[in-house]
Amino acid sequence: MGMRKVAIVGAGMTKFMRRAQETGKELAWEAAKMALDSCELKLKDIDDVVLGTAPDAFDMIHMKSEYLADGCGAWHKPYVRGFVGGGTGVFVVDQGWYHVASGLFDTCLVVAEEKMSSCLPHPQGAFITIWDQFTESPLGPSLLWYFAMEMNRYMTIHGITEREIAMVSVKNKKNALDHPAAQLPAEITVEDVLNSEMMAWPVKRLDVSPTSDGAVALVLAAEHVAKRITDKPVWIEGVGWNLDTFYVGQRDLYYPKYVEYAARQAYAMAGIKDPSKEIDIAEPYDPFSYKELHNAEGLLLCGKGEAPKLLADGVTQRTGRQPWCPSGGLLGVGNAIAAAGTMKVAELFWQLRGEAGKRQVPGRPKRGVAQAWGDEMQVGTVIVLGI
Amino acid sequence: MFPKVAIIGIGYTPFRPITPDISFKEMMYEAASKAYDDAEVSPQADIGGFLTCEEDFEHGRSIYNMQTPDNVGAVLKPCQTIPADGINGLIEAYMEIRSGLYDVVAVESHSKASNVINRNYLIAHATDPVYNKPLNFNPYFIAGMEMNRYLAETGATKEQCALVVVKNKANALRNPLAAYGEKLTVEDVLASETMFYPLSRLDMSSHTDGGIVMVLASEERARALTDKPIWIRGVGWCSEAPSLETREWGEAVYAKLAGEMAYRIAGIKHPRKEIDFAEIDDTFSYKELQHMEALKLCHREQAGSVIEEGATQRGSEFPINVSGGSLGVGHLVEATGLQRVLEVVLQLRGEAGKRQLSDVKIGLAQSWRGIPGTSGAVMILSKE
Repeated sequence: MGMRKVAIVGAGMTKFMRRAQETGKELAWEAAKMALDSCELKLKDIDDVVLGTAPDAFDMIHMKSEYLADGCGAWHKPYVRGFVGGGTGVFVVDQGWYHVASGLFDTCLVVAEEKMSSCLPHPQGAFITIWDQFTESPLGPSLLWYFAMEMNRYMTIHGITEREIAMVSVKNKKNALDHPAAQLPAEITVEDVLNSEMMAWPVKRLDVSPTSDGAVALVLAAEHVAKRITDKPVWIEGVGWNLDTFYVGQRDLYYPKYVEYAARQAYAMAGIKDPSKEIDIAEPYDPFSYKELHNAEGLLLCGKGEAPKLLADGVTQRTGRQPWCPSGGLLGVGNAIAAAGTMKVAELFWQLRGEAGKRQVPGRPKRGVAQAWGDEMQVGTVIVLGI
Repeated sequence: MFPKVAIIGIGYTPFRPITPDISFKEMMYEAASKAYDDAEVSPQADIGGFLTCEEDFEHGRSIYNMQTPDNVGAVLKPCQTIPADGINGLIEAYMEIRSGLYDVVAVESHSKASNVINRNYLIAHATDPVYNKPLNFNPYFIAGMEMNRYLAETGATKEQCALVVVKNKANALRNPLAAYGEKLTVEDVLASETMFYPLSRLDMSSHTDGGIVMVLASEERARALTDKPIWIRGVGWCSEAPSLETREWGEAVYAKLAGEMAYRIAGIKHPRKEIDFAEIDDTFSYKELQHMEALKLCHREQAGSVIEEGATQRGSEFPINVSGGSLGVGHLVEATGLQRVLEVVLQLRGEAGKRQLSDVKIGLAQSWRGIPGTSGAVMILSKE
């Protein structure tokens, strides 16, 4: 399509933890500095800064992008925030892509920061005001209820069992054992998941990712600059995002059509016809165990309702044909909302460069897809990376 | 390689201090419907991407983004929120089109400021939670301190600031969209109650409700869809230090750097000569003067004497805020930047009615995100 080629050339990430002592600004800068150091750039080499951070209600900071500006290294620079709820983490990388692809900038620093622990007693409180003020809020819902409905619908339509879904938690928490920044890595069994505390049927405690504090940053560069910075640029081959209706009652929750639309947009740009074969690694969004399967189907990595079978057959293990969430995902690494989405893109970056250490997927992967999901179960954001 | 980008459709609701009769959703729908009609596009068939510019807390909601698609025809389409001023939204759309991602993009922003009862409490949450918020001060004092510093550094006077109010409110009388048009004298402004010294009540813009939507398109699509495209010639945006303790107080550095970027892209060397008129931020009276200097629309420390000479009046050689600005139209929160661009588009199209400027070809719009922020954006638009 004659688009300008854009690569990721550096990445950095803080440890994800339940309650970081650092302020949001400090977390953002820690990740930004690591990303810059990783490609031996200085702040003066950066033309433009993009921030991703999810609801202001987590830390009760109005106009959060203004507050975080210097932490993101945006002093005296063009700087803007992108926001699509939980989908923000992958979206901001898409946003950084079009900032560079537009020709306005040659380098862009993408920073995703989340500090959820300042929301007391629990970050769930930030979601009290997301519902429709007339039809939903009066019911006093919790996010978990909605995910429980979606999980139930997904299980009911395809005849999937809780046991099959529990394997996602087992796989991802195990993968996270090899991630130095992970918050909740663990060696657990399917029985552990099934026997964990019931949150809202059928969602159990070990089906849920932990809330987290953390930040991730990436450095993007246009082709001519990227080749000067590194011998191993990882190209952004496709981007896509899509938002469905706000009204839950108008959607069939068994399938994330908006993820499919976003994925089709990204695949078309990347020239991918059969993602189940042409994608080597996937990082579908897994804030809940069933979501990895649900989102993988939306990403067209398999047919509707077929994801549990791939999981059971070991196809999606780190050593399988198409590993899903080799990072450990949100279930293992932690769900620092916006930062968690960008963590998935960073994982693809490290995997495709062969720098993922103990997490390295064998067989020299060439192409990966990362995805995030959010708002009221209505947004899909997708990115395809390749070498 | 990079296509030119034009604004091909505009839609807006009237700007009114209170709108108890409609919700923000209806406001969005009205503005969007009018913009799509103006551009003669169908949102589902023709528009590639949608953006809204909004801050969560303005609505008292979390993740405001989820509410947008249904109101602007964006269901199952790429749709994103930019929590920044409307001009930033237009710039994002401009970049999406230049990158080749979409041919046509719609940008929405609105204000339902009348729902916010205690704005100073809201803005207090935008101050630094460690160093500033615990002091429990009214954040509008930041504007008072900045005005004081600006006057001290440049020698501008309170009378000169009052002239900005008189000019803009008089301009607003000719703008049917404006909510705060008024015939005032400098004495009226100086005699109004001191709020946050040296800011007086009339030095401060009041808020208004309203929605604005604009449709942007690549050159190829723009030429096919409309015979009155308004071209985006240059864009710039920038953030200065967010902390009160380390920022520059006298000079609007963010506007200076954003202006330099936009002039560079537009190839403008002498803004005052090459640009015909400007709509710039006047959230507070002194801001218009401070921004004139930052944008090189006059020399440093000269803005006060320029307004005294009447050189920014409607009908003068370089009219500023002929729409009435925020002082006259009312402040539209994040939609304010879109209101400034709207005026530039109307003037360039020759659709500005009683306040139409004669023979204008190129205009500038600039926004500032308001206290306690130090971010601003600039857009330069032209008829050809």
